[in-house]
Amino acid sequence: MTAKADKNDGILSLSIMDDMTIYTAESLKETLLGYCHPGTKELQLDLSAVAEMDSAGLQLLLLLKAEAQKRTFTLRLSGHSEAVLEVFELLKLGTYFGDPIVFPANWKKS
Amino acid sequence: MSDMNPALETFSQEVDELLTAMEEALLGLEATPDDSESINSIFRAMHTIKGSSGLFGFDDVVAFTHEAETVLDKVRSGERAIDAELVSVLLACKDHTAQIIQHAFFNEELPLPDELQQQGQALIVQLTGSSRAVGGMSTTQQEKIDHFEVDVNTTDSSDNWVISLAFETNALRNGMDPLSFIRYLQTLGKIVEVVITMPPLIRIENMDPESCYLNFKIVFNSSADKKTIEDVFEFAEDDCDITILPPNSRQEHYLQLLANLPEDQLKRLGEMLIEIGALTEKEVANILDEQLDENNADAKPLGEMLLEKNILQQPVIEQALKKQETVKQKINKESNYIRVDAAKLGYLINLVGELVISGAAMRLMVDKHGLSDVDDVASTMSHLVEDIRDTALQLRMVQIGETFTRFQRVVHDVSKELGKQIQLQITGGESELDKTVVEKINDPLTHLVRNSLDHGIETPAERLRAGKPEKGTIQLNAYHDSGRIVIQISDDGKGLDADKIVAKAIAKGLIKPDQALSRSEIYNLIFEPGLSTKEEASNLSGRGVGMDVVRRNIEALRGSVSVDSELGEGTVVTIHLPLTLAIIDGFMVEAQQERYIIPLSMVEECVEMSSDEWQIDEVQHYVNLRGQVLPYLRLGDFFHNHKKHSKTQRESLVVVRFGEAKAGFVVDELHGENQTVIKPLGKLFENLNGIGGATVLGSGDVALILDVQGLIQHAKKQIVR
Repeated sequence: MTAKADKNDGILSLSIMDDMTIYTAESLKETLLGYCHPGTKELQLDLSAVAEMDSAGLQLLLLLKAEAQKRTFTLRLSGHSEAVLEVFELLKLGTYFGDPIVFPANWKKS
Repeated sequence: MSDMNPALETFSQEVDELLTAMEEALLGLEATPDDSESINSIFRAMHTIKGSSGLFGFDDVVAFTHEAETVLDKVRSGERAIDAELVSVLLACKDHTAQIIQHAFFNEELPLPDELQQQGQALIVQLTGSSRAVGGMSTTQQEKIDHFEVDVNTTDSSDNWVISLAFETNALRNGMDPLSFIRYLQTLGKIVEVVITMPPLIRIENMDPESCYLNFKIVFNSSADKKTIEDVFEFAEDDCDITILPPNSRQEHYLQLLANLPEDQLKRLGEMLIEIGALTEKEVANILDEQLDENNADAKPLGEMLLEKNILQQPVIEQALKKQETVKQKINKESNYIRVDAAKLGYLINLVGELVISGAAMRLMVDKHGLSDVDDVASTMSHLVEDIRDTALQLRMVQIGETFTRFQRVVHDVSKELGKQIQLQITGGESELDKTVVEKINDPLTHLVRNSLDHGIETPAERLRAGKPEKGTIQLNAYHDSGRIVIQISDDGKGLDADKIVAKAIAKGLIKPDQALSRSEIYNLIFEPGLSTKEEASNLSGRGVGMDVVRRNIEALRGSVSVDSELGEGTVVTIHLPLTLAIIDGFMVEAQQERYIIPLSMVEECVEMSSDEWQIDEVQHYVNLRGQVLPYLRLGDFFHNHKKHSKTQRESLVVVRFGEAKAGFVVDELHGENQTVIKPLGKLFENLNGIGGATVLGSGDVALILDVQGLIQHAKKQIVR
């Protein structure tokens, strides 16, 4: 079991219990995809148990965020573990996930 | 031109050079009609001649070159296209300019003769005829102002590198973790901002979690240089497209470095940019690969590709190109700068010759008196003398390329005249040889090239019938071989007909009908006086210079000429020439108390002449040297017929080589290397067999310089006999 979930009025909360790396990416994708259905209003992800995160895991998170924007539900990340924080810090992703900033406006400058 | 004032003389030389450059450029345009460099050079020639002629009051020249210049300006600005016709007219204009300038030089006061005036008029009509419609050009020439555009895109005030990483889909599967590279990058400086982009169509449901869709743009602040930053991504190279754009402050730094680059050497754009650190070698290599890859058709210059790929900002590239241009101009200017009277150079070389001789005399004295403390000084000096000798000789060395390129015009004109299609290929033009040799080789070369044009290459129809390409090729090639220069004139024409030559030679009484000749002997008969394979002399070859004169001219330069041919395939004429006529490295030997010099470059080896070791045939004069039959010649016997050889002394065999031919000289003593100043023999001795000149030794004695080629021939004949 990579994740466990609670369901309540279209607000889903999910704890990821495993690493987010290329080795778990396949199953993680299936799990996350399973929560992206029309009834979803908000998806809360608890990342406190993520001991390791690599590019594949990050990629999934980014795509999930994009998916949420397309389907207009809210993605809320919480309890970032140290590994997650390190990656977010490295890539300055905090603001992107924290607020729904549309980043293309930002990167043109550089 | 003795009454010409110095300014005028300089002008005359300048005109010569400009017109030569113009001709080269024009002929170059035939191959690449859009070459702006060539067009500029043609324009410059006309423009400069016009300006200078104005100074001297040569109004006719000014009037004519003005017309040409106007047309060229239009070509330059793209208003008029350049085609084969215009090139022909411009070539004629170049000739006409040379003629009217000649006229102006010598008959300053007289007006142009009618003939020249009409010729000029006709050319002007040809030049401007079709372009009149464009009309309305103002008479003052318009200098184009080079405007320097600054790209607004790159005027970002931030002082950061911009690194773009585009990972391949398979990067993750190959064990790459893009994040780890970025983590490592962090150790070199501060990551200011990261922008992650993904392909727009990728969604979580259709993605493959093990594929990589990530592209990064990293704004990075660091004082590391480009190479160091590039090295971070060394291992990602195969799976990632990396571009590293330097910060703007670097740009200024690069511009400054560019400005400070020494201007002594012309470098390629890539080399310059690597040198200042704006590009890494890897980047240049990749781009050059790509340039080659694009099947050449639409390959762009390096600078454009760099811009397109956003590897470097425009100002840096532009500055580098500008720098390259200034260096080019500077080098051109420098290389044209010093003009020295050839007589002064000749005098210098004579003096150097004397210096070499007195150096040898001093050496002798030092050895004789055993002055060990003077010895060091003396050897230092002989080294210097050697260097001076080489440098002095180098001064007179010119590249043969210039002589070769003159034939472009000959080929161009003659092939038109004969209705043949012929191209001239030049290789080895950078081989150098003495100017005096170059001057003297020009006539024989012209004759040989004309021969190939006239007799060698067939008409297009004949060529097609023979299954050859319509266009014939004449090749001029030069290279150095054992201290001599070899010049080859080859064509892919119909070749020499051995039977015809033999028949003709028998008819002329040059050979007897039953004489057995080798193929090369037959071909070389064409250098005999009175033998021409062409039934009747055409206007090209009937100019009074036969192949025998060609051979005589070349032999007068201590050179040799030979011919080889394949019927229906083509002909190759090979000329061997000494590099210089003044000083050589010699090898001194002694026979019967007489000293001889053999040019060192022709000496292969020295062995003891003993019948214990080698099988020697005293009657036919050959020696079996390690299984090789080598004809030999006793120098003592050869030059002192009356004295009988006494077999008491130990003898040495000096093996010499000339081209393919080898022979041995038997001598009594070997004296070793010697700098030999060649003194020509007087008129009286010019035809002496086996001797090419004389030299004065340090002791004041005279040594004879052997004509190796002639002696080898002689040694070979002995065997046949």
